[in-house]
Amino acid sequence: MERIYLDNNATTIVDPAVRDAMEPFYCHMYGNPNSLHSFGIEVRPYLHQAMEQLYAGIGASDDDDIIITSRATEGTNTVILGIYFNLLKDTRKKHIITTQLEHPCIRESCRFLEQHGVKVTYLAPNREGLITAEAVKEAITDQTALVSVMWANNETGLILPIREISEVCKEHGVYLHTDAVQAIGKLKVDLKQIHVDYLTFSAHKFHGPKGIGGLYIRNGVSLPPLLHGGEQMGGRRAGTVDVPGMVAMGKAMELANEHLAFENTEVRRLRDKLEDALLKIDDILVVGKRELRTPNTVYVSIRGVEGEALIWDLNQNGIAASTGSACASESLEASPILTAIGADKELAHTGVRLSLSRFTTEQEIDFTIYTINKAVMRLRQLSTSY
Amino acid sequence: MAKSDLIGGELWEQYSDKVADRMNNPRNFGELTEADAGKLGGKLIVANEGAESCGDTVRLFWIVDEKTDVIKKAAFKSFGCGTAIAATDMMAEMCIGKTVDEAAKITNLDVEHALRDAEDVAAVPPQKMHCSVMAYEVIKRATSIYRNVDISTLEEADIVCECARVSLQMVEDAIRINDLTSVEEITDYTKAGAFCKSCIQPGGHEKREHYLVDILARVRTEIERERNPERVQPDDFSKLSVVKQIRAIEAALDEHIRPALAHDGGGIELEDVQTDDDGTVRVHLAYQGSCKGCAGSVAGTLTFVEQTLRKEVCDKIRGVVV
Repeated sequence: MERIYLDNNATTIVDPAVRDAMEPFYCHMYGNPNSLHSFGIEVRPYLHQAMEQLYAGIGASDDDDIIITSRATEGTNTVILGIYFNLLKDTRKKHIITTQLEHPCIRESCRFLEQHGVKVTYLAPNREGLITAEAVKEAITDQTALVSVMWANNETGLILPIREISEVCKEHGVYLHTDAVQAIGKLKVDLKQIHVDYLTFSAHKFHGPKGIGGLYIRNGVSLPPLLHGGEQMGGRRAGTVDVPGMVAMGKAMELANEHLAFENTEVRRLRDKLEDALLKIDDILVVGKRELRTPNTVYVSIRGVEGEALIWDLNQNGIAASTGSACASESLEASPILTAIGADKELAHTGVRLSLSRFTTEQEIDFTIYTINKAVMRLRQLSTSY
Repeated sequence: MAKSDLIGGELWEQYSDKVADRMNNPRNFGELTEADAGKLGGKLIVANEGAESCGDTVRLFWIVDEKTDVIKKAAFKSFGCGTAIAATDMMAEMCIGKTVDEAAKITNLDVEHALRDAEDVAAVPPQKMHCSVMAYEVIKRATSIYRNVDISTLEEADIVCECARVSLQMVEDAIRINDLTSVEEITDYTKAGAFCKSCIQPGGHEKREHYLVDILARVRTEIERERNPERVQPDDFSKLSVVKQIRAIEAALDEHIRPALAHDGGGIELEDVQTDDDGTVRVHLAYQGSCKGCAGSVAGTLTFVEQTLRKEVCDKIRGVVV
């Protein structure tokens, strides 16, 4: 069976050009870049090149730092725990502001700090599913050390007003971290235009390999390392650099930016085609205004069709999608986004996310539309409520 | 944790073939009507259970021969995941040909057994077990409608763990008879908490009336009281003056906690004692030496300190690291 991958917000296929770029660093140029000899020497130009690609990719200035990490989760933990050791632990600052929309790596790091006496505010999304700069402003107190708000949401694709939030943070002298995992490759991330202090990303969300990511730290902003034990990354992150991973991430970043226009036209066109077709089904709800979302994501809620049952049927037909609220998860709480936008309680367990990439084809979308219609008919026949 | 727990994520691949097959092709779905009941000369029973806002619902249809109480036909409708649909389908099938009283004895465990491919391999992974519970509950509902009695008369009293059908009495007895001191031991002895884990502590998959952590704390206190009636009791503790409260805590720290911490080069100091309106006693503690900054000091060590203070001083104590 031919399979169709529509779960690109979970992870992506590695672009073959990225694989080609990393391949020589396994069996040929395998030196440790910290070595003095030729094996080390020959690797370093490629790392410099990868840095150029990463700096250009997010519009970092040469005075800023991009620390190579093992993943966005590591970068995020470095920021949250670093802020604790730098500020929260021993100064008057005792407060972090984040949102209910964040990835667990933010939420759980913050929960961990709560056990150490840190106060955390988890802002709820508004009726549009967004966090406004106004809401951030209202939550800031003279004890606030850090605001952490994602750039784009993984579940709905909704893009948050990071520019406005950054202005509020700057005005109040509060550090801003943004999780840009779902933004890179889908929209322009330019830190020359938007002032954030920390930004984290992961290569596998933009057609790079798993296990490599980046942490941007603005010039002059301090942050102690999470990993100690070496002088790599200017002492900000110890550990031998993952050379193939870093080269791959540089290449993936370059390709992601080259394809931004394609993402905004062709990927968006296919997503819109899928979304328009789904909207023809009775009693279906798409979360978030289309123009406020990343071009690849649609999150739908179909009355009477339980989310996991629908992705089961899609999987039987070779289509990969994901559900917001799995009934096997330890918590059965309705997705905060569905609650926030005022959806009926009955829809809490119907959310399904479809996320495209630049590798998605028109035929795949056509087959997906056909299959979802078929599955919805079958499951509604079974359903108590339809 | 062990080798088999480290990767995680397994779910659908742990379904038996029977579960997958019944999810794809349920045999007994649909509706039965008064007309169907008339044709078969039986009584139509329609029972609803669950709510979509909670993730699954099921509607069970029976046609029952009123002379013999035998269920002649059964059908269902379901809003739920694959396990819920497959379990309900199997349950409906198991009802057919049984009397209502026989059917009322079917449990979710029987349904899960019937869905197994091999006798000793579970049909669904542990965290999916609760999705079959509704299949059990809806039979009780249908029986209560047929018998025209209140459903509470048919339900077992005080079930703590719905997945494994373990009652409060069974949990309490297991703790007392075997002198259990941890939730893990309760799970080993009774299977309660082995599946969806909702009944272990608040904040899990669904809200429960009883939680194993609370039952354990209560029964342990009772056991300790029986064994050592002289010791300071919680009611007494709240009546003590602050100075005496501090002395009682310091004494427990000296006797039971500090020696253990000193063994690892650490220590602990009492900083403050505060009693909340709900009676919770917040004991503010500061770590010294190697405990300070140790990752375990806010996890395992704190649990140890808290549990010891609860046992020795007052069961309303909560440890707060400052």
